[in-house]
Amino acid sequence: MSASGQRISDDLLRPLLETTWRFYLLVAVFGLFVLAGAGSFAYQVYWGIGVWGLKWPIFWAFDITNFVFWIGISHAGTLISAILRLVNATWRRPVTRCAEAITAFALMIGAMFPIVHLGRPGLFFWLMPYPSERHIWPNFRSPLVWDFFAISTYLTGSLLFLALPMIPDFALVRDRTTGMRRRIYGALALGWAGTTKQWHRLETAMQIMAIAIIPVAVSVHTIVSFDFSMAPVPMWHSTIFGPYFVAGAIFSGIAALIIAMAALRKFLHLEDYLHPVHFQNLGKLLLLMSLLWTYFVFAERLTVWYGNEPSEIAVFWATQRGAYAPLYWTMVTCNFVIPFSILSLTRLRTITGCVIASCAVVVGMWLERFLIIVPSLSHKYLPYSWSSYRPQTPEIILMVSTFGAMGLLYVLFSKFVPIISIWELKVGEHPKRVAATAQEADEIATLWRAQP
Amino acid sequence: MTAIYGLFAEPEAVQRAVDTLRRAGISNRDITVISDQPYEEFEFSHHDKATWLFPLAAVGALVGLVSATLLTVLTERAWPMNVGGMPVVALWPNLVVTFELTMLGAILTTVGALFVTAKLPTRVPALYDPEVSNGQILVGVSRPAGATDAVRSALEQSGALVVKTAD
Repeated sequence: MSASGQRISDDLLRPLLETTWRFYLLVAVFGLFVLAGAGSFAYQVYWGIGVWGLKWPIFWAFDITNFVFWIGISHAGTLISAILRLVNATWRRPVTRCAEAITAFALMIGAMFPIVHLGRPGLFFWLMPYPSERHIWPNFRSPLVWDFFAISTYLTGSLLFLALPMIPDFALVRDRTTGMRRRIYGALALGWAGTTKQWHRLETAMQIMAIAIIPVAVSVHTIVSFDFSMAPVPMWHSTIFGPYFVAGAIFSGIAALIIAMAALRKFLHLEDYLHPVHFQNLGKLLLLMSLLWTYFVFAERLTVWYGNEPSEIAVFWATQRGAYAPLYWTMVTCNFVIPFSILSLTRLRTITGCVIASCAVVVGMWLERFLIIVPSLSHKYLPYSWSSYRPQTPEIILMVSTFGAMGLLYVLFSKFVPIISIWELKVGEHPKRVAATAQEADEIATLWRAQP
Repeated sequence: MTAIYGLFAEPEAVQRAVDTLRRAGISNRDITVISDQPYEEFEFSHHDKATWLFPLAAVGALVGLVSATLLTVLTERAWPMNVGGMPVVALWPNLVVTFELTMLGAILTTVGALFVTAKLPTRVPALYDPEVSNGQILVGVSRPAGATDAVRSALEQSGALVVKTAD
């Protein structure tokens, strides 16, 4: 085995085979957040959703904000990984699994919120198409049912997209461990040997999955946007919402990925694998998405302002200079001013700079989701129904606990699974192909020929 | 003895071994190469490249599409509801569900086809060596029968670190 291959295996398997006090500390801290969230959820199930700050006509607030936010965060992983895989970007190799794990966990957290928000979470299965004895079938014209299909498809696809490339790595762990660990990883490896046929099939399957998962990812957040744009509510009923939501989702997803990668690099000592160039590249992507997000916000706001339709302009001014203005301008600062100021300058586009910009974006994008939902609901068409919203403690605890849940899932995942795909990283270390025969030289030349 | 195999440190030596085995009259079907990573740059990794995964994925997508169409249309006809003046069988909203189930069909079929064609899950095959996970590459011949000596010689001459037999 080459020295680099041995080093890659040793470095990336170390977190699995050795447990430090930091792991227990992180599990304890994040676990406390999750316990607090579970307690808050139990409290609201016991007392009913009257414990929230919701009141007519604002029936969507924190929970739906969290739902949209976490579904957005989920766009970091599978979508980016699939795109980079299809274009064969070599720098993707250390990044993909970190990213795909974010998708899986963020989707789980996000998908939980519509169920929480039902008020009677035990009846969530009414969304599923099953032959009900009460003859209540899903109404396929309801965006909530579209959510069910879209999120289920994306979650299934993302979990498989994450799991398939883990099989060869599980086989590696199986062969390097003993006892119970060997049996568990042996079962997870499914008997993988690594024949040329298995490698071909795996890589072909990943190509197909990448092709299939990209439109699904785009559709998921478009459908989440339909939850709003299908409703005749001021500033919701907009054709721009689909792409606007997708852009925002990718934006927040990249930010989450940068933060996760920086944390992994620091805590798992992955400096040799997660290089500054990875942060540089993702930082450029974040800057691009910041500009795209700003463009969408400008296009949406200008149209509303120019149209001067009374109900919409009421929402517009409430966010520009009314009760929601502090949140709105904080959002603009977090999503545009800070990332643009940092990421547009090469010397500031360091790991620290990218992390600062990403933290700002995560905060800004949560505010953006909140500001899409609440001001519109609080300024509906008839002024007599205008109202305000103030979040209550159970909602705040539940929201904060989701970040703890994300941290906990990520820490546990990186403890039990190589957080960087070992075999893909080794492939990245292969020297460039040198043509051994005239036929091979011709193949390579064909690939790089400018004119067909 | 059902197989004989050699462990190699470098893929170049593996290519030499495979070429030598072919010259010794061993068919591609009987030669097994096992590694801890794919070696697309080398010819030996290009066996069994032909695959039906893409057409199968398309068939899976088609099954998903038909299933979704039947689910939505038959459900709406069985329990007709008037929603906002839309037709009972409303094409535009149904397209959302149809699209998702089409893609789900393609994804699940791909994974199923991968498992079937790669023969997963299974027991770790007899022709396997845990040294593969330490970066060595296994080149083996199943059922060498009368060619045992020729195979052993080919593997050793090509630079095998060690030659073993598997039952």
